[in-house]
Amino acid sequence: MRIGYYPGCSLLGSSREFNESVKAVCEAIGLELVEVPDWNCCGASSAHVLDHELSVALPAKILAQAEAAGLTEVLAPCAACYSRLIGAYSELEKNPDHKTRVSEIIEMPYTGAVKVVNVLEVLERFADVIQAKAVQPFARKVACYYGCLLVRPPKVVNFDRPEDPQVMDQLAAKVGATPIDWPFKTECCGAAFSVTRTDLVAKLCGKIVDSAVKLQAEALVVACPMCHSNLDMRRPETNAALGKDLQIPVLFLTQVIGLAMGIEPKKLGIQRHMVPVAFNAPTGAQA
Amino acid sequence: MSRIGVFTCHCGENIAGTVDCPKVAELTRQIPGVVHSVDYKYMCSDPGQTLIKEAIKEHKLDGVVVAACSPRMHEPTFRKAAAEAGVNPYLCEMANLREHCSWVHEKNEATTQKAADLVRIMVEKVKHDTPLTPIKVPVTKTALVVGGGIAGIQTALDIANAGHQVVLVEKSPSIGGHMSQLSETFPTLDCSQCILTPRMVEAAQHPNIKLMTYSEVEKVDGFIGNFKVTVRKKAKKVDEKACTGCGLCVTKCPNKKIPDEFNEGLAFRPAIYVPFPQAVPNKPTIDTANCTYFKNGKCGVCSKVCPTGAIRYDQEDELITMDIGAIVMATGFKLMQTDKFPEYGYGKYKDVIDGMQFERLASASGPTAGVIKRPSDGKEPETVVFIACSGSRDRAKGVPYCSKICCMYTAKHTMLYKHKVHHGQAYVFYMDIRSAGKDYDEFVRRAIEEDEAKYIRGRVSRIYEEDGKLIVKGADTLMNGEPVEIKADMVVLATAVQSQDRSEDLAQTLHISYDKYGFFAEAHPKLRPVETNTAGIFLAGACQAPRDIPETVAQGSAAGAKVAALFSQDELTREPIVAVVNRQAPPLFSTCTGCFLCQTACPYQAIEQEEIKDRSGRVIKTVAKVNPGLCQGCGTCVAFCRTKAIDLAGFSNEQLFAELMTL
Amino acid sequence: MSEQFEPKITAFVCNWCTYAGADLTGTSRIKYQPNVRVLRVPCTGRIDFMLIMKAFERGADGVMISGCHPNDCHYTSGNYHARRRWMVFRDLMDFMGIDTERVTFSWVSAAEGAKWGALVNEVTDKIRALGPNTEQKQLVGLGVE
Repeated sequence: MRIGYYPGCSLLGSSREFNESVKAVCEAIGLELVEVPDWNCCGASSAHVLDHELSVALPAKILAQAEAAGLTEVLAPCAACYSRLIGAYSELEKNPDHKTRVSEIIEMPYTGAVKVVNVLEVLERFADVIQAKAVQPFARKVACYYGCLLVRPPKVVNFDRPEDPQVMDQLAAKVGATPIDWPFKTECCGAAFSVTRTDLVAKLCGKIVDSAVKLQAEALVVACPMCHSNLDMRRPETNAALGKDLQIPVLFLTQVIGLAMGIEPKKLGIQRHMVPVAFNAPTGAQA
Repeated sequence: MSRIGVFTCHCGENIAGTVDCPKVAELTRQIPGVVHSVDYKYMCSDPGQTLIKEAIKEHKLDGVVVAACSPRMHEPTFRKAAAEAGVNPYLCEMANLREHCSWVHEKNEATTQKAADLVRIMVEKVKHDTPLTPIKVPVTKTALVVGGGIAGIQTALDIANAGHQVVLVEKSPSIGGHMSQLSETFPTLDCSQCILTPRMVEAAQHPNIKLMTYSEVEKVDGFIGNFKVTVRKKAKKVDEKACTGCGLCVTKCPNKKIPDEFNEGLAFRPAIYVPFPQAVPNKPTIDTANCTYFKNGKCGVCSKVCPTGAIRYDQEDELITMDIGAIVMATGFKLMQTDKFPEYGYGKYKDVIDGMQFERLASASGPTAGVIKRPSDGKEPETVVFIACSGSRDRAKGVPYCSKICCMYTAKHTMLYKHKVHHGQAYVFYMDIRSAGKDYDEFVRRAIEEDEAKYIRGRVSRIYEEDGKLIVKGADTLMNGEPVEIKADMVVLATAVQSQDRSEDLAQTLHISYDKYGFFAEAHPKLRPVETNTAGIFLAGACQAPRDIPETVAQGSAAGAKVAALFSQDELTREPIVAVVNRQAPPLFSTCTGCFLCQTACPYQAIEQEEIKDRSGRVIKTVAKVNPGLCQGCGTCVAFCRTKAIDLAGFSNEQLFAELMTL
Repeated sequence: MSEQFEPKITAFVCNWCTYAGADLTGTSRIKYQPNVRVLRVPCTGRIDFMLIMKAFERGADGVMISGCHPNDCHYTSGNYHARRRWMVFRDLMDFMGIDTERVTFSWVSAAEGAKWGALVNEVTDKIRALGPNTEQKQLVGLGVE
């Protein structure tokens, strides 16, 4: 099986381990990732506040490139990329006449033939394969953290339960983890305020991390580079704001699955985290 | 050949100012079939009408065209005059020379020509008019009121007091409805049961009211004045006549762990039960779904202890068919379930309750005898958060409309709470405070100023449990959206008012319209608020839209008055402008082919199927038949009919084509 | 032609909204051109295609159909049926070669006296510009009725 792959900027920069672990897990489950040729920026957090047409055209260009390459689906692991891509896709499906305008702007045909999927949706299709290959069960209590971009807006992304999503918990359970029932699954982590208002991010992440620890989670599991960097990289500020020293690690879901499948931790980028991951590591793992 | 008279009115200068009336009289005199044509200053005046009546007699007229003002103005006047002179009133028509001609055109030849044309059109119509007689429909003077809440009780009492028979049908074992569950009522804080129960008793004892509890409407046929209604009287498994209501069975029933509906699941009841102490009738009912005897044939305690032998395990549902003249729907509302709110925990937190559960906690007859205790551990809550608009005015997840009663009852709840827990603190998250009504806003101010409820304008984004407290996270939009976090002991959601379950099915049984939320639709939002589009069926209370008690009672009385007015006549007289399916001699019988397209077009369900049989009873043909009691005369079916088998009296194809032939 | 062409216009209006609206035009003394002849029907739902065809056959140059606004029908839904029927009929007219501009479909409520006056003027001017209805006569000439 093959599927289009759009890494976006985060997965080549601050979240290289997400890229590495997605690729490693997909290889293990037999899913070939075909990188969208000549891809461009998805517009991220800037385009849609500046120019609406631009914010639709940028993702549309990516999808048009995928279409030209004969792909029918594109996997966007980064939650922000996913949000921009599916937002543009659904807007153009709702207003088919805008497709003509967008095609003019991007100077190539856009028909809407390519669908956008996130990493949870793709892994869910392989849930049984994943379960079968989980030779080293990740037998720990985990707090699955979805953040905002994966689950919103509900009418566009069609998540199971927008305020209390389940799919990541179910996947984590497939590889032996025990997901905790907690209320912070979709609470705000501070997102892009990481740079401009680190104090806010520290405060918001503090609540998330603190609650997970209180409920005895041993790891936070995420599927979004932004969530990850706020919960992981901003831990010193978070701990300072809390007045505590919380060392709960933050893993990408693909890393959790990869570890359970016995993939070498280095191949999953485990060593790149700021908060060290010191468990369930087969030989050669570095903290 | 017809003998038609044309009477052209000057209306003083109103018509004659622009139209040459004598010329119109002269031009129209030449129309074939017109034997008499005159003009006169004021046709509607007494001498004018006399002039018409005398002309009818003198010239033996069989049709009349009055060329004057709009038929919407004086058609009844002239039809009455024609009838007095012995011409069927439906053979008198008006040409509108004033509103449609003289007042809107300049004085010239074209205007006079148009006036003559308008007369010509009506002359041709009159030639094809047929004498019609108003339709008489007998009236059965018994009303059916569906729903025994305050709306139904009020309606039933008003109709009964007007001297008419009423059947009051209630689906649960007792009348009383939601009002019987309330603790105290806004804005007076008088005890709900204290004001309601006397009404319940009055309804039960009224000689004109027949009470049918634990019963549901199964089928409705017929039309205004002549409904045939089938009611299912569900088996209570208790002989109501033999039972004295001593309550021994209830005390002795061993299965006492059934969630009590009356107490909104905050207490338990036995399998044989009386919903609440003041229930009417105060006789028990066996809940067969939960009764041990009905589950496995063992037990039978109630039967053994009953001193009068009133328990009837073999009692069956009964279907009772009644003749009914008018129906009032008063089926009330339900509240949106708390598990519809994901952000508030999908109903998993025991101390997140709805408004009706709070009523039970605050009620002296409730599970805590009126002491406010939270459901999880029975502790007295020291901080209570009330969330208004839980599901209301929420287009994304709830309903877009305002539930109307929540602002008021939430203010009431904060007061009741403060009066019972003096050191307690109530918080209210709200969007707007809608307190329009007599003494309503003053009431809300009292809650804020005297009983110190803290009102926070903003929505709650999430509730979660932490260290035995419910953390309520919201925003204060009057403080620049500042996040607010309250550690509460209990949260009360003012959940949205919704239509009853299966209200759409019930509406379809009765052939009445309903809106997309399942509320029954009134005939006109302003001018006919208690009538439905189906003649003879009326609405009262919250089955139509969210309503508070005063409005519900007013509407109940209004519906009662409508029914009383209907029952003041022995026969209903209806305009004979109705559709008719043609009938012809055998072998055709009718040009109707039985496609029943008309049936789909009719907004009044006035078209029925009729079998034409031969002498041996063999069905030859199934054709459409219009029920003149239901038909309102719109004629939509006529335009739909492929074989022109259906026609509208007064506006027939023949008439309209004849009118067009004058062009 | 030295004399101006005066079109014949037939209007089918419902009793409850447009007829009353046209009455209001009168009571408000709003002037309009005298080319229209109003036929009253209970509801626009009553209006059969054949009536419109007949009007054209009898020499009408334009036809107006007007009733209650959507949602305001005295009979709940007659105007919706009329609207749906008109959508179909328009295609049929087009197919037969009659200019669909000759039929005007509109909603005029009992409160819209001024609208009725303006509408009649607008339609009269439009039909006058279109000229006499010869399409129907040509059809009859071809043996199509």
